[in-house]
Amino acid sequence: MSEAALTVAPVEEFEGRSLWADARRRFARNKAAMAGLVIVAIVTAACVLAPWIGPHPYDAVDWDRIMAPPDWGAGFYFGTDANGRDLFARTLYGGRVSLSIGAAATLVSLVIGVAWGAFAGFVGGRIDAAMMRIVDILYALPFVFFVILLTVIFTRNFLLMYVAIGAVSWLDMARIVRGQTLSLKRKEFVEAATASGVGTAGILLRHIIPNTLGPVIIYATLTVPQVILIESFVSFLGLGVQEPSASWGTMINEGANVMEIAPWTLLYPASVLAITLMALNFVGDGLRDALDPKDR
Amino acid sequence: MPPGPALGDAPILRVADLRVHFRLGGSPFGGGGRTLKAVDGVSFELRAGETLGLVGESGCGKSTLGRAVLRLLSNVEGRVLWLGEDLARLEPEAMRLKREAMQIVFQDPLASLNPRMTVGEIIAEPLRTFHPELGTPETRLRVKAMMAKVGLLPQQINRYPHEFSGGQCQRIGIARAMINRPRLIVCDEPVSALDVSIQAQIVNLLMDLQREYGLALIFISHNLAIVRHISHRIMVLYLGRVAEIADRSELYRNPRHPYTQALISAVPLPDPDLERARERLVLKGDLPSPLNPPSGCAFRTRCPKATAICARETPPLREIGSCRETGGSHEVACHHWNE
Amino acid sequence: MTALLEVQGLDVRFSTPDGEVAAVNEVGFTIAEGETLGIVGESGAGKSQIFMAVMGLLARNGRAAGSVGFRGREMLGLSPAALNELRGARLSMIFQDPMTSLNPYLTIERQLTEVLVTHRGMSRTRARREAVLMLERVQIPEAERRIDRYPHEYSGGMRQRAMIAMALLCRPELLIADEPTTALDVTIQAQILELIRELTRTSRTAVALITHDLGVIAGLCDRVLVMYAGRIVEAGPVRDIFRRPQHPYTAGLIASMPRLDEAEVQRLATIPGQPPNLQRLPPGCAFNDRCPRVFERCRAERPLLAPIATDRSKACHLDRL
Repeated sequence: MSEAALTVAPVEEFEGRSLWADARRRFARNKAAMAGLVIVAIVTAACVLAPWIGPHPYDAVDWDRIMAPPDWGAGFYFGTDANGRDLFARTLYGGRVSLSIGAAATLVSLVIGVAWGAFAGFVGGRIDAAMMRIVDILYALPFVFFVILLTVIFTRNFLLMYVAIGAVSWLDMARIVRGQTLSLKRKEFVEAATASGVGTAGILLRHIIPNTLGPVIIYATLTVPQVILIESFVSFLGLGVQEPSASWGTMINEGANVMEIAPWTLLYPASVLAITLMALNFVGDGLRDALDPKDR
Repeated sequence: MPPGPALGDAPILRVADLRVHFRLGGSPFGGGGRTLKAVDGVSFELRAGETLGLVGESGCGKSTLGRAVLRLLSNVEGRVLWLGEDLARLEPEAMRLKREAMQIVFQDPLASLNPRMTVGEIIAEPLRTFHPELGTPETRLRVKAMMAKVGLLPQQINRYPHEFSGGQCQRIGIARAMINRPRLIVCDEPVSALDVSIQAQIVNLLMDLQREYGLALIFISHNLAIVRHISHRIMVLYLGRVAEIADRSELYRNPRHPYTQALISAVPLPDPDLERARERLVLKGDLPSPLNPPSGCAFRTRCPKATAICARETPPLREIGSCRETGGSHEVACHHWNE
Repeated sequence: MTALLEVQGLDVRFSTPDGEVAAVNEVGFTIAEGETLGIVGESGAGKSQIFMAVMGLLARNGRAAGSVGFRGREMLGLSPAALNELRGARLSMIFQDPMTSLNPYLTIERQLTEVLVTHRGMSRTRARREAVLMLERVQIPEAERRIDRYPHEYSGGMRQRAMIAMALLCRPELLIADEPTTALDVTIQAQILELIRELTRTSRTAVALITHDLGVIAGLCDRVLVMYAGRIVEAGPVRDIFRRPQHPYTAGLIASMPRLDEAEVQRLATIPGQPPNLQRLPPGCAFNDRCPRVFERCRAERPLLAPIATDRSKACHLDRL
């Protein structure tokens, strides 16, 4: 490449090799992560297509088969529950609920957490201190207590689940993003942007937040299993999803009650939950290795 | 001697008694703690098309000074008159608008570029910030023209910083600084992190741009040979204070401050016979901590000419002569400059 | 003069996800007792990797092939135990950034005495005495008191001196200095270079000095190797290299350094282009895309390093520069 200036003739422009592309390649090479991704994809697809998969609806009662073991011939792949309903269909429908809560709550926590943390970290000073003290106080509230309180006040409401879980999960995200922002603030390219006359909003949107996305994505992927577990626990307590809907948590609750006589009612939903969570964790680990290869 | 501004042009930048003091330790309510005087009373003037070289070693405050002039730091006292206007009195938003004309190029070329933006986006950002009315095609055209001007291939516009070498990254940084045709660029050790053969390319580029656009440059470096090449006037700093300031030829021909003499003597010459035969002025000891500078003249602990008066009285910066070619004043802060 | 270190046909390759990178190719040279050899080059030249291979310090994805003889004994492929007998005792190395080469959790005293206790079997008390003496030799003031401090309590120049002290404690026959003054201020650099000069004169230690600064080379070295893209392109005595460089790269490097003792010039001489990308070298001579004297043969055939006089060699198709 010579030093001489070239005329600006219309030459075809090269495509750049972005850091995201590099990360995608590294992720694709990680077998555990790819396996996890495949499993998550299959489970999600199955849950989304639940109405069209499996011969039986999730709420139909078969009076002849109360708590019956799995019967592949008749299409009850996972058996039936205490009310004679097909466990396989209920598991898939339960997956819809659990996964959608997981995704939605994580999204909420992401949006609030990133905005809160990036702003606090960048602005610094007293505003930062105040904002993070709010986070500390909310953190100290016992979550279960908080959820129970909300459900008692507002009576059982599906939407409330999203709010309550999302309202708690954003705290960790805010802290992480603030930490990232603090170290990014000192990077030279941020100083360069300030020196170029870019305003605070521009710096946050173009320089700070895109460079926090690595840890944010990783953390979000690892938040989804957390959220699903919280939902399962809350439903297990009887405070979450209501009949006739199911979530993995409610099914585990019911199954635990009769596990000596009908172990399949516990085994199948719990296994599906466990496998999905494990797969999500592999994906999260894979993302972490791909996005920040030095951090093994 | 590279063409410089004619004497008599009004200075575009006038810095008077600039001070940057950092408080360390102590309570947030005042009281206690120590003061780090990174820059302690520096004054100078700069004209269009002129390069002021700032030299000194670690802790001398040259980088701090460069950033203080651009108001990238907060505890700045003293006056910075830019085109007649005192920057110290400006509100943050008003200052932001001034940045179109005052830019900076950094020491670490790769670190100064956002790794997630393409080269085109990086160079275009200042243009979009101050001229959002230009459409995308026009912006892109200007970016490509600037890339060509600094010696980059325009078709690399969609590439990312990590795909370029150090020297090319520095060209990207220069293109970004130049896109809005600034009048002043502070160059903070712009070539120190580059290979020797690339340093010369970047220095030539800066000088070409200066000639073409009448840029004023503040060139900060510890490399005296390069500073000599690019500067019209050179200021030597030691622990936040000016030790000596003179026009380029005068400083290297007739250095009067013992620190300047030591600096010049310490630069190794690429000539085996000359280098080995040279009488070297090797200073004793290390740079004192800026937190606890010696009393009187800060250089006295390492100075071969130090006497009692140096510990008692801080030598004032006074004019002792002028450069015979260009007439610029030669000022020194030393009690024993005449020995 | 007896040969202390004899390197022949040294290759160093690294396996990376993007393919294999040949950092060092067919490098051969000798260092005699008491001699100071300078190795000069820029990014990608491979100069540090040569000595990382010699000392057995290559990264895990690096492989060295060829021969490295230290007083006739082959060093490549030695077991770690055998290498440890030599390293620190008869060959030692100092690096560019003393802060990362010194353990921040141990006092200087611990780090210095460790070398003596391990290699010379001394008692701690005797080792401490020797260490203080050495610190005084490298001109650290109040050595008796300072030796108990931690690295972060030393300034940059002092840390580098402590490193030199540590490297010289066992009176090695060869000191490898990898960019020892690059990170230091110029007045401190002058002190350290003066120190190295004096120490090697009195103790007849041979030095391999790796740097990109031609001024440092001119001041300290007896012979010079110039490297580009992993190969030696020119070698010879220091005066000859500077006065009559025979490779365009050497000439370009020398010309692009502005000199304080010369009149001011309008424009600095440069070497056009970029430092080489080791994974995408041009065919033929690696320097051909930047060379002002390039011609047809340079693009077809890579020039071999060939002698042009006693103790003088170059790798270039030109007859003379």
